[in-house]
Amino acid sequence: MMKSQITLLATIIIVSSPVVAFSNTENDQTGFSAQRGKEIWNEQFSTSSQSRSCATCHTDDPRKPGKHASTGKPIKPMAPSINANRLTDQRKIEKWFKRNCKWTIGRECTDQEKGNVLEFLKNI
Amino acid sequence: MKTLLFSTAAFTLLCTLFVGIQGAWSDDDDHEWSEKMTSMKNKSTGVAPVTDPAYLEECGSCHFAYPPGLLPSISWQGIMNGLADHFGDNAELDDQTAERLNKYLEANAADKSEYRRSRAIMNSLRHTSTAPLRITGTPYFKHEHREIPKRIIELPEVGSLSQCNACHRYAENGSFSENEIWIKGVGQWDD
Repeated sequence: MMKSQITLLATIIIVSSPVVAFSNTENDQTGFSAQRGKEIWNEQFSTSSQSRSCATCHTDDPRKPGKHASTGKPIKPMAPSINANRLTDQRKIEKWFKRNCKWTIGRECTDQEKGNVLEFLKNI
Repeated sequence: MKTLLFSTAAFTLLCTLFVGIQGAWSDDDDHEWSEKMTSMKNKSTGVAPVTDPAYLEECGSCHFAYPPGLLPSISWQGIMNGLADHFGDNAELDDQTAERLNKYLEANAADKSEYRRSRAIMNSLRHTSTAPLRITGTPYFKHEHREIPKRIIELPEVGSLSQCNACHRYAENGSFSENEIWIKGVGQWDD
């Protein structure tokens, strides 16, 4: 009886181990994908005469500083690995998602899209 | 005798006045005095510098945080009502922040300011029926920048006349004196 309980526990631990999570880029706990986030980051959208992407202002590498497309104002790196202040203020995250999704894609982003982009930024 | 009495009285009065003035002066320490002088100088040459941290954060993230004293309140109202398409960008704010910035802009707009350039901007608008939405659209601004050649504006370091601080070194302090101009890649400017 005792032996079978231990075996069961060991099986549960092995099955739920993080090894599974590393086998692809999807975060098993949240269901968000860094790979999909990266694709959104570089995807070109045409809402007006110009084609835009997140990378237009932030560059294709979020660890690098960017530049505002029309005013040229410098933008600090978005990756928390380089800039520890990033992604620490929920209101700020929501504000910029709202503005930048509307400006770049022409609509607000879905929760799934936002989660994917955050997963990408957090893991780069 | 009468003259002597009069002279003594006059002397005493002068002494009292002098001590009084000295007393008033010594009330301000050097630091306060220098701050007052700077403020007086700015009022006579510039516009009120931006002081609201929320304004600096919300507006200054994407562009130079233009001092409210560069446009009348009616222009700022127009800008704040159109943030979803802010000169081609989306710059929407949450209601709470928008309300705070509206109050700040209303209280510090050119028509509420005593600073010289704010008064000059208001004066230049007195014959116009609609207030411009751009600082660069005010007659005063156009007049002041009429001699800047296109080649200077088109320099990569400048880009457009909207980039105040590309040439006005102390724009962040609300100071736009001609002798403070320093154009990146060109140097001093004298027209």
